[in-house]
Amino acid sequence: MSHPDHAAPQRLDPRAHELLQSVVDTARAIFGAAASSIFLYDEEAGELVFQAVSGEGQDFLVGRRFPAGRGIAGWVVSSGEPVIVDDLTHDRSFARDLAESTRYVPTALMAAPLLDSAGVLGVLEVLDPAPQARSDLAELDLLSLFARQSASALRVVSERVPGGPASGREPAGVRAVAELDAAGRAAGLVVVDAVRDLLLAAGTRP
Amino acid sequence: MTPPTADPTAPPGGQAPPPSAAGNRPEPSGLTWSLRGRTPADIALAAEGPPVTPDWAWGGSRGSGVRVCVVDSGVERDHPDVGPLDGSWVVTSDDDGPRVVTTDTGDTCGHGTACAGIIRRLAPDCELHSVRVLGERFSGTGDVLLAGLRWAVREGFDVVNLSLSTTRARFARELRELADEAYFGGTALVASAHNTPVESFPWRFSSVFSVGSHQESGPGLHLYNPEPPVEFFAPGQNIPVAWLDGGTIRTTGNSFATPYIAGLCTRVRAKHPDLTLFQLKSVLYLTAANVRVDSRGAA
Repeated sequence: MSHPDHAAPQRLDPRAHELLQSVVDTARAIFGAAASSIFLYDEEAGELVFQAVSGEGQDFLVGRRFPAGRGIAGWVVSSGEPVIVDDLTHDRSFARDLAESTRYVPTALMAAPLLDSAGVLGVLEVLDPAPQARSDLAELDLLSLFARQSASALRVVSERVPGGPASGREPAGVRAVAELDAAGRAAGLVVVDAVRDLLLAAGTRP
Repeated sequence: MTPPTADPTAPPGGQAPPPSAAGNRPEPSGLTWSLRGRTPADIALAAEGPPVTPDWAWGGSRGSGVRVCVVDSGVERDHPDVGPLDGSWVVTSDDDGPRVVTTDTGDTCGHGTACAGIIRRLAPDCELHSVRVLGERFSGTGDVLLAGLRWAVREGFDVVNLSLSTTRARFARELRELADEAYFGGTALVASAHNTPVESFPWRFSSVFSVGSHQESGPGLHLYNPEPPVEFFAPGQNIPVAWLDGGTIRTTGNSFATPYIAGLCTRVRAKHPDLTLFQLKSVLYLTAANVRVDSRGAA
């Protein structure tokens, strides 16, 4: 992750933002994390856009952009694969970039693609998960599952947008949630809420 | 069982092979389509010898003379855990399509450096190259992945590490043909299974060495999977790896199990350069920690 640029705030319907905010709040709760973020992929600009943040950085990160071809989030969006990294304080370039851009340097990070059959919409990141929730293949599976369901929620709402995909520079996911009708927003939130309940139940299972 | 060795006295012959799409790779000679004009004695193989153990397979080997290519996000030059690279390449794309050129741009995120570091740890004397297929504006396009992999196969590397896959089915046919080309041409294509249960390629093809992670704590443990398509499991959880700016991190995923198997292949090929890839897979099978070999030499 490197050198995010400031950008104009994304045009988001308040209910649409609630959809994405629900995903990051849930991810943060599942993994006992300090923060969670969603980046949406703006393929035309070759950039990732902070679209929702829970926890550290929530007040100022939304709308910031950085190149999609670099960093851990960049690798996730490029490869379509999830990853867990720990001991990040030993990664000097990562720490420097993060400190300059987000004022917060995590020790550990989990990231999974918002992936569905049509491709990668963006990246779901979890920063500093609880120690017992990091560096484990089962946690990688859990995050990937939740990210996939979140991507499905985004896709559900995008298909409910009247008139199909909108034009403009916003990432596809942003366009989708920005132009929802009431039924589409409701459908997306139902999916996210159901997945949240399932994953929270799974996370508390001994 | 000792992997059989081709009888060097066997005469060349058989029908001529058909034209190949293998670029600059030499045409295979001898037996290809059927056994004609030759007898079983002409292709006699010896399968006796010491049992295939880890010590027999790679003991004392440092990978010397084996050419390895990491197809990934690039590799950081002169990282303390990687050392000097013997070649650094990148796929670029213009109006004429993708092509491979030399580069000094290093690694875009650390992933390729991590893979290279694991290979170097296992096989410190191997010849190590990198071709970057991720990063910048061509992120994640199957065309670029295919171009980089095709280049590596046709350069005739002995081992190619591919801790990547594509979910785009339209690339499956070309990737399958390329995987077969690698297998028959002698390039061990070691490919990561996807970390999530989705269809992706080329790891699902039987001609590659497909790898997933296990959760055991032993750092030197590989397992054979009796229920493929993933053929081998290797350490992939909480693995210390090289990362950017000469640093290290710990990470988890099939990506990091794959270079472990690539490193083993490198060591085995350095010590037993005449093995075919079928035999190399057999060696990995017979040395897997979950495979019991009895006194007759078979599991």
